[in-house]
This record gives sequence, structure tokens and C-alpha cells, in this order.
Amino acid sequence: MKFILKKFFDLIPTLLGISLICFFLIRLIPGDPVLNLVGERGLDPVKYLEMKKTLGLDLPILEQFWIFLKKVIQGNLGTSIVSNNSVWSEFIERFPATLELGLIALIFSTIIGIPLGIYAALKRNSFFDYFLMSASLIGYSMPIFWWGLILILIFSVKLGLTPVSGRIDLLYEVPTFSGLYLIDTLQKSVLNAEGLKPFFSAVSHLVLPAIALGTIPLAVIARMTRSSMLEVLGEDYIRTAKAKGMSKKRIVYIHALRNALIPIITTLALLFGSIITGAILTETIFAWPGIGKWIVQSISSRDYPVIQGGVLIISFIIIFTNITVDLIYYILNPKMRN
Amino acid sequence: MKLVIYCIFVILFSSNAQAKNLVYCSEGSPSSFNPQIVTDGTSVNATAATIFERLVDFEYGTTKIIPSLAQSWEISKDKLTYTFNLRKGVKFHTTKSFTPTRDFNANDVLFSFDRQRLKDHPFHNISGGKYEYFDGMEMGKIIKDVKVLDPYKVQITLNSPEAPFLANIAMSFMSILSEEYAHKLQMTGKMNDLDNNPVGTGPFIFQSYLKDSVIKFSNNPSYWGKHGNIDKLIFAITPDASVRHQKLKTGECQFVNEPSPADIVEMKKNSKLTVLQDAGLNVGYLAMNVTKKPFDNLLVRQAVNLALNKPSYIEAIYLGNAKIAKNPIPPTIWSYNETIKDYDYNITKAKELLKKAGFANGFEAEMWTLPVARPYNPNGKKMGELMQADLAKVGIKVKLVSFDWPTYLKKASQGEQQMLQMGWTGDNGDPDNFLHTLLGCSAVTSGSNYSKWCDKKFDQLVTEAKNTPDVKKRTALYKEAQKIFKEQAPWVTIAHSVVFKAMSKNIQGYKIDPLGHDIFTLVNVE
Repeated sequence: MKFILKKFFDLIPTLLGISLICFFLIRLIPGDPVLNLVGERGLDPVKYLEMKKTLGLDLPILEQFWIFLKKVIQGNLGTSIVSNNSVWSEFIERFPATLELGLIALIFSTIIGIPLGIYAALKRNSFFDYFLMSASLIGYSMPIFWWGLILILIFSVKLGLTPVSGRIDLLYEVPTFSGLYLIDTLQKSVLNAEGLKPFFSAVSHLVLPAIALGTIPLAVIARMTRSSMLEVLGEDYIRTAKAKGMSKKRIVYIHALRNALIPIITTLALLFGSIITGAILTETIFAWPGIGKWIVQSISSRDYPVIQGGVLIISFIIIFTNITVDLIYYILNPKMRN
Repeated sequence: MKLVIYCIFVILFSSNAQAKNLVYCSEGSPSSFNPQIVTDGTSVNATAATIFERLVDFEYGTTKIIPSLAQSWEISKDKLTYTFNLRKGVKFHTTKSFTPTRDFNANDVLFSFDRQRLKDHPFHNISGGKYEYFDGMEMGKIIKDVKVLDPYKVQITLNSPEAPFLANIAMSFMSILSEEYAHKLQMTGKMNDLDNNPVGTGPFIFQSYLKDSVIKFSNNPSYWGKHGNIDKLIFAITPDASVRHQKLKTGECQFVNEPSPADIVEMKKNSKLTVLQDAGLNVGYLAMNVTKKPFDNLLVRQAVNLALNKPSYIEAIYLGNAKIAKNPIPPTIWSYNETIKDYDYNITKAKELLKKAGFANGFEAEMWTLPVARPYNPNGKKMGELMQADLAKVGIKVKLVSFDWPTYLKKASQGEQQMLQMGWTGDNGDPDNFLHTLLGCSAVTSGSNYSKWCDKKFDQLVTEAKNTPDVKKRTALYKEAQKIFKEQAPWVTIAHSVVFKAMSKNIQGYKIDPLGHDIFTLVNVE
């Protein structure tokens, strides 16, 4: 219990630090949200000051920060300067798209990364091992926006296998239920009207962005699995199992893999953070209507409340995921409790 | 797994076979669905160009004023009263949230004008109460009163004669909204819906909008005017220009907004695509402040005109995507004077003029470089450096200066500069919007005449043209004014940036709108 409480108390200074950095950093970018709104012609100085006043941007910066903090504590993340909607409602509208893409990318990287890692560990120092390790290094260092465009060029433009961008074929109407298209397209009303077509359309639209977003996690998972497997395979109890004449399959999958998976699961939680940040680039390239694209747009329009609020929510989600994993780890691993 | 892949194939190919739909890859999300409160092209394309219409409109592909919701109009002798005869039998859209019970009439016009004009109008403060265009074009000062004479007759009285008034009311922000719909929303307390679920009279009916993703429109079956064969018009919001290009190549969209200049060459080579281009409604220029020495001297201003190598700027700054400007108005605007001869690039002659002016050894001057990238000048600093090198050849030592954009505009309108890079993008396609706004004597005090150049003859011509409704007479006056401008050389006119449009070959009948909007009313998909 003390452990849990301590974790949650740690959360407060972290979030405070993030909001502080975020708040001041965006104000360092040249540009003025009011001028962005007013445009070139409406530079009537009286009106300019009036607008600054209504947005509270005429106050000293520390006072602005204090007002922002007070509001956040009351659960109010502010209102978008551009759209006049509350930051929270804008976030909730877009988050399912990012969640769907992130989950699929994570599943993709896991189900491919783990077997590859195991195989490389078993064939240690073989050609395949070297090939996989260099390929994963390339995958890890590849810029997402470049990789996304290459995928589009190959699979959409040259081969014509997948659509270039978007979430679903634009002709389908999908009523919102969960916000996840893979689920919403299976609603009765959609199935009755169009059959399974919208579902497959959603799937085909997911393929490229999920690969683009999942590549870095895939590389990390494959490398982690390999090294973790190698470590476990060198343990005494594996040698004992071998000496007892246990089948290789049983040794690898039952005895080695289970123990090797523990650090990998922790890594998965950490990768969630990199998936969210990767989504910012992936979503811009694939015109994916999620929070990544939302934040990029707000940065270019200097929509301060959206950037502050959006970054705060994302940080909270990432930190919260990590705490949850720590807790699970704490529960699962008796060593931690001492 | 095989089955899934098979299904994907089937779907991909079957969905491409849909006909008469036009998917337009747009560059961003609209900020609102009410054209009265938006100024950006993205929002105007999604509202005024599709859903709404105005009393008068611009003829497709030109800036000529033609009847639209007003079938005809009379202008009183004192040029102060405009009486519009409205078109009968025009239906407002039937949408998910509204079914009209009556046709378009004078009340709708009154409502649309008054919402912007009157501060105490019940809808004035909805969506923030900012009417940037209405205020920017000074419509509040121009219009004295709007009166309904009968259900199909509206009378608008002006405070003073204003020939560009018709062009102003053809602009997107003067779109006509349904008064009946607004009244219904007011009764149910959902007034914000007026700007989110739009109802208009235009060729396309708003269907749905998924934020940052897609806007859907359907053909308006009871549209009164001519229209093409598009059943569904879909805006696929795709912010990345190279992705828009790829989508155009695969046929996922048939039309792209703002193709990247880097992709134009490849697009032109592609036999499946059509690329159109035209000079944009803008001008980039170097203003010389005639109230500051030595630019009060005509010979000096002419020498600067001769010393700048404009073709080299077109190549280096605009990457070839611009036309050299010789007049202060772009060639797509009526009354553009073709006969004007531009100053050639001629160093010897420039030196001669400087010698005559008493500056045989040149002089020192400051030049302000544009701090922001604009279509009419994508890189002010680099252009400043090129100009600095050119002017050094005739002995003028230039110091480059710049400020942040608001300071730049403020200081410039106060006239602190000697030479200043500036530009303008037209609002309504009327020559007055350039010549009077940027070069008239009244603009010296209001600030937008950055040369502080007040030439009595020039001002007389453009003021007379402003007060003359007759287009032929106005044309003659503006052509004459352009001659005086060129002789007096208050600016070095630099360039009009070129606008590109790229589309599939099966799109027929599209014309580039000089005002920069994408209009699909008369487009056919084959």
C-alpha cells in the first residue's frame, strides 16, 4: 500500500514539471495565436488588444500559468482558441483513432517481434541472427515520416494493394459506438447496410500506418526478446532440463520463454509511450484523424490551450500506464516486496 | 488469412469503381461552416464555394459580377441606393436537422446582413461575434441601411457612392443563410448549430463532417442554376502535400489542393493527370517611401526599378512559379493594362539616372525584408540579399533590416521605412481593392499605402472609378491610373505568384478561380 501511495505522490511533481515545461516551451516558439486568428488585414490594434484580453494572453506569463494550473486542478483543461470547443471534448473525439492505431501497431510488433527474437536467439551467430540484428537496427533508426512515405510508394502506388491514407473508404457511413472502427463497422446497422465491406475497408486502411508505427517497437521487441532469451537459455535450470532429456520444444516454450517474457512485458509498457509520440508523425502522413495530428495542427496554429492540455493528458496516460505496470510487476515479482 | 487478403482485394477494387463521385484532397479542416466568420481558403472552399450563394456572384473563372440569388438590380442616380430583385423559387437545402417550409426570400437577405451588421442582433455574438471580413472590408461603414420592400425586393442604402460594393457582396462572407432555419434554432435554443450544421441554397448539400478526416456533400437536386454531374462531393482532409500527390496518383482522390511546387514537374509528366496554372490574385513589391530622402526623387525611384534583376528573383525565390509583375494589379483582374512597358534590367541606365539625380557615387539606404513567408514573397530575407547585391552594382549600399511581423506592419504603416518589401492578396477581384487600397491618398493616413505616395492625378482617377458604377468607364480610368503609377514608380513591382491545380484527366470543366477558391458547381466527372 505504501508503495502504491508513493507512486501516486511521485505523479504530482512529474505532471507539474511537464505542464511547466510545456507551458513555457510553446510560448518560446515565435508566433502569436491572436495574429494567427486575425490574419493579415484585421490588424486593428484596438481589436488585437481586445482579443488578447478575452483570451487572457495580455496578463503576465506567470499569472497565466497560475490560472492554467488552477483550472487544471478543477478539471478544466481550457478551451481551444481556434475551434472554441473544450480541449477535453476535442481529445475524447480523437483519442479512439489513436488508440486503435496504437493497439494494432503494438499487436503487430509483438506477434512478429517475439518469434523473430526467439528464433534469432536459438540460431545465435548464424546468418539469420546477424541479418535480423542489423535489420532491427535499421528499423529502429528509420525516420517514421520517410518510412511511411516509402510504404505508401511501394504498397499503394506501385502495387496498388492498400489505400494511401485515411481511416476507412469515404463512402461508408459508420455511426460512432466505441470510436474504434474495427468494432464500429461490425454494428448491426452497418452490417445490414453494407455487409462486411466497411470492416475490411477499415482493416486495409490500418495496414500501412500500423506497420509504419509498429516498426520501431518491432525492432526493440525483437532485440529484447533475443537478449532476454539468450540470458535465460544460459541458466543452470535449462542445462538441467536438457540433461534430463526434455524435448527442445518444451524447454524453449515452457521453461525459457516464460521467464524471458518478464522483461519484455515491461518494455511493452514503455513502448506505449514511443507509440504515442510516433503517432504524431504517422497520423500526419496517413491523414489519420487522431490526437497526433490534432497536436501538430495546434502547434502550427499556436493553439496554446490545446497544446498544453493535450500534452498533459498524453503524459498522464503514459505515466499512468507505467505505474500500472510497476504495480503488476510488484504483485508478480515477490523479490520486489522485500 | 488468405480469405482476409482476398476480401481486401475485392473491396479495394470494388470501391474504386464508384462513379460520379469527386474526392477532393483538401489540406486542412475548416474552422467553421459559416462563411460569414471565416477568412481562410480551406473554410471558404467547404462553405461558400459549395453550400452557399450570394446575391451576386463572380462568373466562373473570372472576377466579373453576375446575378445569382438576385436576378437583377437597379442603382439610383445618386449611386447610393441599390435595389435587388430576388430570384423566385429558390429552395433551401433539406438536411437531417432542417426541412424548409418556404422558398428563399428577402427575410433571408436581411438576416444575413443584419447578423454581421448589428451588434444587438440575437445571432451576432454566436461563435465569438468576429466578422473579420465584414469589418475588414468596412461594410459597416459602407452600408447605411438594409430594407425589405417586398418578399422579393431588398433595398440597400450606402453612406457614400462605392462602385466596388457589388464585388464586396459577391465575396464569401456575404453568403445568404436561411432565416427560417435560424429562427427554428433560436426557438429550440441550439443557435450554435447555425454555424455547425449549415443550410444554404448552393449546388451541394452538407451531409456530414468527421473532424480532421472527411466532409461529405451531396448534389442538390432542386438547385436552380446549372450544375455538373457530381453526385457526391467528398473532401478528404490530407494535410501532407506529398501524400495528396500519392493519393492523386492512385486515384483515391481526383483533385488536390495546393500541390507542392516540388511535385509539379512529375505531375505534368503524368499522362493521367491535368495540371492547370494561372497567376494568383496577388502582387509582391518593393515600396519606396517618397517622403524619405532620397526616394522623394523620381529619378532615384526609376533607377532602383532599372537596377533590380527581377527574372533572377523569379528563379531563385519563387523557383520559377511566378510571373514578373509590371502593374500593381495581377493580370487576372479586369482593367489590367497590357500596354504598359516595364522597366528593363539596365545597370548603365540606372547609373545615369542616379548621376542626374546628384548621386553619382550612390548613397546608403535601409531596406526592410518581409519577416514571414507569403505566396507573393516566399523568402523576404533571401530576396533582400539578392536586391542588396543588385543595388550595390549601381552604388546603392543597402542595409537589410527586419522586425517581427506585427511590429513590421505597425512601423511600416507609420512610414518609418525607406524601402520596404510588401505584398497583397486581393479580396474581391476589384481593381479598387489594389489601386485605391494600396496607392490612394486616403491610404497614406490609414496606413496601407506604404510608399506614402499621394499623386493627385492618380488619386483623382481611382476615386472617380470608385464612384462610377459603369464597368467600361471604370476600366478606362484604371488603365490610365496604371500608366501614372508606372511613370512615378513608387514601387518596384516584383511578381505575381503562380497558382497550380492538379486533377485526374476525367475531371472536365474545372476553371481556376482568380480568388483562389475551388469551385465544383460546373465540373463533370467522366
